[in-house]
Amino acid sequence: MPPRDKAPVRAVARRGGVAPSAGLSREQKLELYYWMRLTRSLEERLVALSGEEKVVGELFRSLGQEADAVGSCFALERRDVMSPLARNLGAMLVKGATPVEVLRQYLGRADAPSRGRERNLRFGDLARGFIGQLSPLGDMVPVMAGVTLSFRLRGEDRVGLVFVGDGATSTGAFHEGINFAAVNKCPLVVVVENNGYAYSTPTSRQSLARQLVDKAAGYGVPGEQADGNDVLAVYDVARRAVDRARAGEGVTLIELLTYRRAGHAGHDDQSYVPSGEIDTWASENDPLDRFARVLSGREKVPAAELGAIDQRVQAEVEQATALAEASPLPDASDALSGIYADPPG
Amino acid sequence: MTAISYLEAIREAIDEEMARDPDVFLLGADIGAAGGAFKVTDGLLARYGASRVIDTPLSEIAIVGAAAGAAHMGMRPVVELPALGSIANASDMLANYVATARYRAGLSCPMVVRGHAGGYGGGPFHVRSAEAGFVHVPGLKVVYPATAEDAKGLMKAAIRDDDCVLFFEHADLYGRIKGVMPAGDHVVPIGKARVAREGTDVSIITYAAALWKVVDAARELALLGISAEVLDLRTLAPLDDDAIEATVRKTHRALVVHEDTRTGGLAGEITARINERCFEWLDAPVLRVTAHDVPLPFARSLEDRVLPQTPDIVLAVKRLVSY
Repeated sequence: MPPRDKAPVRAVARRGGVAPSAGLSREQKLELYYWMRLTRSLEERLVALSGEEKVVGELFRSLGQEADAVGSCFALERRDVMSPLARNLGAMLVKGATPVEVLRQYLGRADAPSRGRERNLRFGDLARGFIGQLSPLGDMVPVMAGVTLSFRLRGEDRVGLVFVGDGATSTGAFHEGINFAAVNKCPLVVVVENNGYAYSTPTSRQSLARQLVDKAAGYGVPGEQADGNDVLAVYDVARRAVDRARAGEGVTLIELLTYRRAGHAGHDDQSYVPSGEIDTWASENDPLDRFARVLSGREKVPAAELGAIDQRVQAEVEQATALAEASPLPDASDALSGIYADPPG
Repeated sequence: MTAISYLEAIREAIDEEMARDPDVFLLGADIGAAGGAFKVTDGLLARYGASRVIDTPLSEIAIVGAAAGAAHMGMRPVVELPALGSIANASDMLANYVATARYRAGLSCPMVVRGHAGGYGGGPFHVRSAEAGFVHVPGLKVVYPATAEDAKGLMKAAIRDDDCVLFFEHADLYGRIKGVMPAGDHVVPIGKARVAREGTDVSIITYAAALWKVVDAARELALLGISAEVLDLRTLAPLDDDAIEATVRKTHRALVVHEDTRTGGLAGEITARINERCFEWLDAPVLRVTAHDVPLPFARSLEDRVLPQTPDIVLAVKRLVSY
C-alpha cells in the first residue's frame, strides 16, 4: 500500500457545521449514483470495444475513481467551466458530454467532437462548460487561471474547476498556474486527484510533502482534503470551494484521496503495484459499492430502484454504441484545414 | 506631422486598440507600475487601470496559458515577455497548447505575445533571435516589423487577429528608427511583405533590423551600378510566397539576409521555397547572409563578427551578379 493509504483521511474543517450534501435531495443523490454508474458502464463498454480492436489508441480508465470526478463536478453550475483529465469521464458526463461523443472520440470517428484530430477524452465544449486537456500535464492550470481571470475581469458570476493528478503537481505549469490564479484572486478550484500513482511512480516518489494538500499553504490559499471514494464527502469539499470562489474569495486547493485500480492505460500491466493492493481497494473501497450501501441503507432506496437506474444506463450505453459504430471514419480531406481562423475551416 | 519612434508606435497601437475594444487587456511582469522593461507600456496603467494592465508574477508559462484561457472566453490579451529567455520558457504553452488549440479542439486564441528578441550588446540571452523555432510550429503567426509604421500597423492587426500572433520587437530599433504614422486607422495586414526598395538586378529578402543593413548595402551597390530590390517580409508566418516569387521572377537572383543564426534559420526555408516555385527563373543559386552558428557574444567586437554586416551583404550580392 502506498503510505498515503495508511494515513487516516484528515478531518476536514467544517464551516457552519452542516455539510452541503445534507441539502441534496433524494433525486440529486440518485443522480450522483446514475453518473457514477454511467461512467463505469461506459468504460466497461470501451474495454469491450478495445478488446475488439475498435478503440483507436489507448484506453484510460477511471475504475475506482468515479466518485471524485462526479462528486466534485456536481458542485458546479451549468455556466461554470471545468477542465478534466483522461480519468475524469464522470465529470464530463455531469457537465453534459454524451456517451456517444465519448465513444466516437475513442473510435476516432469523423463526427466525434474533435473530428478524429485528438484522442480519448480530449474534447470540450465551451457552451456546456468544459475544456479538454492535452498531453503536457499541468498545462490546464494556467489556462483555467485565464478562463477564471476573464470571469473576474468581466464581473461574471462564474467559477472554474481544474483537475490535476498527483504527478502534475510536480510540473512547473501547475506551480505557475495556481500561484498566478491565487495572486489574481481567480475564482478557481484546483482539484488534485491523488490516486496513488502517476503511471508507475507512487506519490511518495512524486513529492516529499506529507500530503499534497499541504502545498496550498505555499500559495496562500485554503486547502482541503477528502476521501475521494465517498461521493458525498467529495461534493462537500468541492461545494465549499465553489462557494468561496463565487463569493470572490479566490482559489482553493482540494486533494481527493482515491486509488487507480486499472493501469495508466491499456498497455500497463501494473507489475509495479504491490500484490493485493488493487484487490483490497476493489473489495473494501469501491466508490459505487459504498454509495449504493449508503443509498439502500440511510436513504432507504429500494434495490429495485437502483436496479432500474443500472438498466437505464445499460440501455443508454447500448444505444450510444450502435450510433458510434455506425459513424463514418474521418475523410482525409479534413486533415489540412483549420490551422488559422482565416480562411475559415 | 511629427515622426514617432518604433517603440512609441507600438505603444500608440496598443493604446488605440485598448480604447477601441474593452476586451483588450495587458498581461505581463513589470508592465504596469514600471511601464515594461523598455517602457513600451509606460502610461497605460494610469490610463486604463489595474484591471486592464495586469502586473503578474514572474511566470512565463502561467502568463501565456492564462492569456490563452482568457482568449478562449472572448477577451484579447496582449502579453509582454521581456526577452528571448522568457519566450523559450513559454515554449510548451505556445507550441503545445496555443498553436494546436484551434485545430484539435476548435478553441480560438485571439492573443498577442510581444517582446524584444533582437538587439545589440545584450549577450547570449537578452538579444538572441528566437523567431525561427516558432515559425516552425503550425498554428502560430509570427510578425517582426522593421519600421515604425509597420510596428504600429502590424500591432493593431495582431490585436484584432483571431489567432495567436507572436510580435517580435528589435531592441535596437526602439529609439533609433522613427516614422510618420499614416492618418486614421493604420492597420498593416498580417501575411503581406513590402517592397522597401525597387530594383532590377538582384532581390534581397530580409526582415527586422537586418533591413537597415540591407538598405545601406543597396545604396552602396547602386554606386557600383547594381540595382538591388529589397523585400521586407514583415510577417514570417505565414510567409508571403507571392511577394517572394514576384521579386525573384523580376530580378532572377536572390539573397536572403537575417540576424538569426544560420542552421535552421528562415533563410533555408525561403531558399527552398524559391527553388520549388522559381527555379527556372534563377540565373544564380540562392545565397544567404546570416549570423554564425554561435551564441551571441556580449562584447561589441565579438558581436559584430557574429552578426551579418553591410559589407557581407555587398560581397554576397557581387558574387550573385557575377555568377
